Amino acid sequence: MLFTSYEFIAFLILLFILYYAIPARHQWKLLLLASYVFYFVSGWKNGLFILLTTVSTYFLAKGIDKLHREQAAYLKEHKKEMSKEERKGYKAKIKSRQWRLLLMGLFLNFGILAVLKYTNFAIANVNGLLSFWGTEKRLPFLNLLLPLGISFYTFITMGYLIDVYRGKYPAETCLGRLALFVSFFPQLIQGPINRYDEMKETLYTEHLFDAREIAFGLERVLWGFFKKLVIADRILTGVTTIIKAPEVYDGIYVFVGMMFYALQLYADFTGGIDITVGVAQVLGIRVRENFIRPYFSKNIAEYWRRWHISLGAWFTEYIFYPVSVCQPMLNFSRFCRKHFGDYVGKRMPVYVASLAVWFTTGIWHGASWNFIVWGLLNGIIIILSQECEPLYARFHSRFSVAGTWWYSLFQVVRTVLLMSSLRMLDCYRNVPLTFRMFGDMLLHSRLSQLFDGRLMSLGLTMSDYLVLALGTVVLIGVSLAGRNGSVREKLAARPAPVRYAVIYSLFLCTLIIGAYGVGYDSSQFIYNQF
Amino acid sequence: MDEILEILKDLHPDVDFESCDTLIDDGILDSFDIVTIIAEISDAFDVKIGAEQIVPENFNSAEALWNLVRRLEEDE
Repeated sequence: MLFTSYEFIAFLILLFILYYAIPARHQWKLLLLASYVFYFVSGWKNGLFILLTTVSTYFLAKGIDKLHREQAAYLKEHKKEMSKEERKGYKAKIKSRQWRLLLMGLFLNFGILAVLKYTNFAIANVNGLLSFWGTEKRLPFLNLLLPLGISFYTFITMGYLIDVYRGKYPAETCLGRLALFVSFFPQLIQGPINRYDEMKETLYTEHLFDAREIAFGLERVLWGFFKKLVIADRILTGVTTIIKAPEVYDGIYVFVGMMFYALQLYADFTGGIDITVGVAQVLGIRVRENFIRPYFSKNIAEYWRRWHISLGAWFTEYIFYPVSVCQPMLNFSRFCRKHFGDYVGKRMPVYVASLAVWFTTGIWHGASWNFIVWGLLNGIIIILSQECEPLYARFHSRFSVAGTWWYSLFQVVRTVLLMSSLRMLDCYRNVPLTFRMFGDMLLHSRLSQLFDGRLMSLGLTMSDYLVLALGTVVLIGVSLAGRNGSVREKLAARPAPVRYAVIYSLFLCTLIIGAYGVGYDSSQFIYNQF
Repeated sequence: MDEILEILKDLHPDVDFESCDTLIDDGILDSFDIVTIIAEISDAFDVKIGAEQIVPENFNSAEALWNLVRRLEEDE
């Protein structure tokens, strides 16, 4: 069920009426039922995978938590008679049992994800090697099911299991409540990757009808629909035409495709998250924000702190720090310090952990070399920027440009161009082709190519271009307005006629010029595929 | 506490670690510093700081770090 489908709107209206009509203490149960209906509509087999993940995580977390409690009780009871060494030994024994339970959960759930998502990628690579060695033999590809949102719900549940193992909070004692946390339908298919300790404060509590919150939530949903239907789905045709025919659309059209895709991805993903956050807010539930105006970032590191924030936070907490401070890495750091000096010793763990994170980020986005190269290039650029810091500092002390509006604009434009260039790897069918087209863009772009007729053969009419230009101006305007506080709060403070005029205009724009209806087929959100 | 201050001053001699309690919030310590501090502390105190302890509350001041080390020593 797509967020932009009529079925979803009908589903939401029905849920909304029931949600505020039933006794508030039962609201979370209704949400659980609605989430499973939402999920099972996409196929009953999908539902079995999310059930398996939920049930296995529930029991393993309970097992780990039970050991935490047993340990606390035992140590309290035997505090006086146990020596320090005995205490240490006892804790190590408990920790090892908990570690085994955690590993079972990680292997089972990441194993399911790996098998379903990456088996055919592995087979393609093996076949590539077989062909390289000149053998005729090929492994057949498997017809595997990829359950909707599996990358998201697997990360959500494994984050929960690791937190319980770390003793950050006790395990959830009610299977239904955990099932709702895992399957909460607005976040299920494209995130954000929520945390249990934040969600439990809002997901299971009773929510009274709050007109202001509901109005704010609906405004956010409307804004998401505008981004998705008016901008993302409209520009999709242009992007697809350019990337499917690289031999036709070369030179400056590679740049056009690159910028179109940057706009499409932004409008698609942030629009989807706006709908997610808005729908949750209508139900009285607060979920994490996933974006803070990422295209206003001044460098890539900052960009990644403002784009898909929940994924970055997940990787930092569960991969970056564990890898950079694990014992072998600390030993490696000491080794580097001893043989290559403090500077190298200090940086190596961080850089190795960064590359591990970026490799994982790449492969999380998709089972292909394009995504792996994309991830690693992000990591390498961030590391190079880090190494160039002293150079930048010297430049800034010599030329007092930092803080001027034009230098800030230069930094923003540079970041957008750099990120958009890297994203070309999302578009073209393989890595060599992407690099070839990138080279072609740099070497053979001419402004005159824009007037050779190809611009009007992308499947976009003049009115489409006009809508996209105006839509982009609105996007930038709203982003600028949001720099110093919530746009919706500001709008709410305006006189009622102004407020209603803005909302109705947005509504009518989405209704009239949204890319749907006869002749259009609202497309999947890009991040649904991850 | 003196050993902690020494480790921190080696990293940033210009920072007043005795009074500053916003080392993470103000971006004074970055990921390189955190990993170095953890390596130095594990050498000096024979305690293991795990990834789960890397939160601003434990790294925002020298005192917070010292409290973390004492807590870990008691736990060991």
